[in-house]
Amino acid sequence: MISSLVTLAQTDYPEAMGALTLAHYLFLSAAMFALGIVGFMTRRNLIIMFLCTELMFQASGIALIAFSRFHLNHTGQTFVIFVLTVAAAEAAMGLALVVLLFRKRESLSTEEWAEMSG
Amino acid sequence: METMLTSLIDIPSLLSVASAVPALAPDTAHAGGGAAPVAQPWVALIPMLPILGVVIAAVCAIFDVRSKLPAFLTVGCLAGSFLLTLAVFLHYDDFNHGAPFVVHLFDWINLAWGDPAHPTTLAANFSFYVDKLTVLWMLFVTGLATLIALYASEYMSHDVGRAYCRFFAAFNLFVFSMACLVMGDNLVLLYLGWEGVGLCSYLLIGYFYKKPEAVAAAKKAFIVNRIGDLGLALGIYLTFVHFGTLQYAELFASEQLQGYLAAASEHRWSDIPMTAQGIALLLMVGAFGKSAQFPLYVWLPDAMEGPTPVSALIHAATMVTAGVFLIARAYPLFLISEFALPTVAWVGTITALLAATIGMAQFDIKRIMAYSTVSQLGYMFAGLGMLTTTGAAFHVLTHAFFKALLFLCCGAVMHGFAGQLDLRKLSGVAWMKGWGIVAIGMLVGCLNLSGFAFTAGFFSKDMILAEAFVTPGYSVLGWILIGTAGLTAYYTFRVFFRVFLGPQHAEPGDEHHDDHADEEHTDETDAHHIAAHGHDGHFHPHPPGWAINTVLAVLAIGSILAAGLYFIEKDSHGWVGAMVHDSSAYYHSPYADHSDVAHAEEGAHTGLLFGQDPHKIMYYVSGVVGLMGILLAAILHGPRGWQGLFLGGRTEAGKCRMDSVARLFGPIPRWAEDKWYVDELYIAIFQTPLRVFSHLFHLFDKFVIDGIVDGVAKLPGALASALRPSQSGQLQGYAAGMVGGVVVLLIIVLVVIGGAS
Repeated sequence: MISSLVTLAQTDYPEAMGALTLAHYLFLSAAMFALGIVGFMTRRNLIIMFLCTELMFQASGIALIAFSRFHLNHTGQTFVIFVLTVAAAEAAMGLALVVLLFRKRESLSTEEWAEMSG
Repeated sequence: METMLTSLIDIPSLLSVASAVPALAPDTAHAGGGAAPVAQPWVALIPMLPILGVVIAAVCAIFDVRSKLPAFLTVGCLAGSFLLTLAVFLHYDDFNHGAPFVVHLFDWINLAWGDPAHPTTLAANFSFYVDKLTVLWMLFVTGLATLIALYASEYMSHDVGRAYCRFFAAFNLFVFSMACLVMGDNLVLLYLGWEGVGLCSYLLIGYFYKKPEAVAAAKKAFIVNRIGDLGLALGIYLTFVHFGTLQYAELFASEQLQGYLAAASEHRWSDIPMTAQGIALLLMVGAFGKSAQFPLYVWLPDAMEGPTPVSALIHAATMVTAGVFLIARAYPLFLISEFALPTVAWVGTITALLAATIGMAQFDIKRIMAYSTVSQLGYMFAGLGMLTTTGAAFHVLTHAFFKALLFLCCGAVMHGFAGQLDLRKLSGVAWMKGWGIVAIGMLVGCLNLSGFAFTAGFFSKDMILAEAFVTPGYSVLGWILIGTAGLTAYYTFRVFFRVFLGPQHAEPGDEHHDDHADEEHTDETDAHHIAAHGHDGHFHPHPPGWAINTVLAVLAIGSILAAGLYFIEKDSHGWVGAMVHDSSAYYHSPYADHSDVAHAEEGAHTGLLFGQDPHKIMYYVSGVVGLMGILLAAILHGPRGWQGLFLGGRTEAGKCRMDSVARLFGPIPRWAEDKWYVDELYIAIFQTPLRVFSHLFHLFDKFVIDGIVDGVAKLPGALASALRPSQSGQLQGYAAGMVGGVVVLLIIVLVVIGGAS
């Protein structure tokens, strides 16, 4: 029963991947991830850095969905739902922290926070 | 007297009914040999009453009693102990048909292990072994303790308050410990008492704990005693290892010991194992420490820093005789050792001579008495070594009386003259108003100590001296001891002639120097003292009060009457002989019968002095020697005049013929005054090397041990400072590190692992 469903899906949408191959999605994902890393490492603004981490999250999400579609497997998509949930919670926490840090120093620059210097 | 004794007869029966101590079931496990447990629990009250005294003194201290109450309650407790001891003495034959008996108080150490069928047992219970030696010792310990506590009630009166309570608490604790030592039925209880008296001695020597000399003396006494106690402890272990029991009754009755005794009496020394022979040598070391024998005597003269009643009771009359008691109690163990008793005899003789020579040159009267104590203890040890336990025990008894008397007289002088003890600064005290009893007491004590004819000291010393010539091999020691007796007479009467006779003169001492204070002035302010003694030019000594005078009178009478003990029960060499005869200390010396006509021929080879029986001729020899000593003291130190009765030429307090005579001897008197530099020798041999070693070890500790520890501690520090720059505190830095790490991992995964597959 399940194997027939899988076969159905592959035969129904073979040309859907014809124009856009898996490589396209992965390239997009890698580009977004790279942008996120570069942004995270070069910017000093806490909110921008926070956004960059979100960017990296979504990049990985795109990769997961692409693989999921490619393998006709729901696990990747399920996983992305979880990632989004966690990311939402993390965003709430992270932004709250950023607000608190801002109140302490009246600035969003990470250079204000160097107390762990050895 | 007669009525008092008859009224005492009912004491045991009354007490056994009304006693607070529960009746104790006789336990067959504790019955060994001839000593059966006897249900006479009131006997245990003898040591327990002083404990009650400790509690009373402590309670008085808590409630801050500012009166002489603790003293009189102490006297009451100790007198109770004494009366109970007297009751034991009077009823001794009724308890166990005249045989030694054991009173079991409670189980203390009662162990059994190993094979259940034949277990190894170790029993050391709170039981009291009562034989006549115990009774003899307890009689004078409790009797003198009572008298001296009464004396101390007046003597210590300047300290009324906390310190007074502290004094009497320690005093009572001492009597309790001494009772455990003497009455314990096993060597462990003896050891408990032994350490207990050591502790009390330490506490009481250091009573004036603000005085550095007193603290140093207390420490010295404690440490020197520890050396001896090590020997005692090892001796006790060895006794258990070899004989398997520590209880006297079992020990003395054991077939093993009886077999050794039989071998020893036939001089078959090789039949006795070395471990059995070694026990006595170890116990002996303990006895030397406690009884201040060479080479461990150095603590006793310094112990005079304590209050004088303490010197009299602990450091003259009772505690220092514990060593004699130990040897007398464990006499069978000493008899089976080839070298123990000869060593005891030699050490005792050397100590007697050495201490007498030092005593001759001292100027502090209390120290002279201290050295004479050491010297007389040497006589007792010599007596033990020469197989006359009777002589030793008799000398212990007489010495306890007259030495306590002498010390208390010295204390009265010290008390009255603001702590003055220098015999050069006192003179003619006997002629001062109110000092009659002190002077008479001092005279009685001095006559006893110098062995003047027909005094108690004369008879007891003769018993030892005669035995030196009767027992083969000891005649050299006998001559040394006779010579020492002459020296003793000289230094004793040196004190008497200088302090008590001659022109009246007194320089007050320094109140801070010692334990003097005026009775009426308890508030201890310096100004008060100076005013009281008229340091403004005129000094008023204050003669002793009723308590001191009463005690001195009783002790003086006791010292005189003690001579009578020699004449009762003459068959067994006097009353003391009869007491020793029924105890473990009894030994029938094969040489002792030379006084019998039948054995006179036999003794002709070894035991003669001037061709006569030493037992008879010794009276004349030692009497003459003693008189010569007194005469010498009279010539060199005696006052001038008095119808030509005194031969001395002393007209001033500090000047006498001795000054010019001493110059003839060059530096020798100086050396003797400095105690032959024995203390300095000990410092050079023991203290200095220890100090050097301790400095070396300190340096080792500081540089090597601490160096290693600090080095190990510095290692993580160095590592941390090397790694510290990596922690910049910049978020981007950490992010870069993380990304770098991921890149490295990716390269590893892709190139190394991926490339391999």
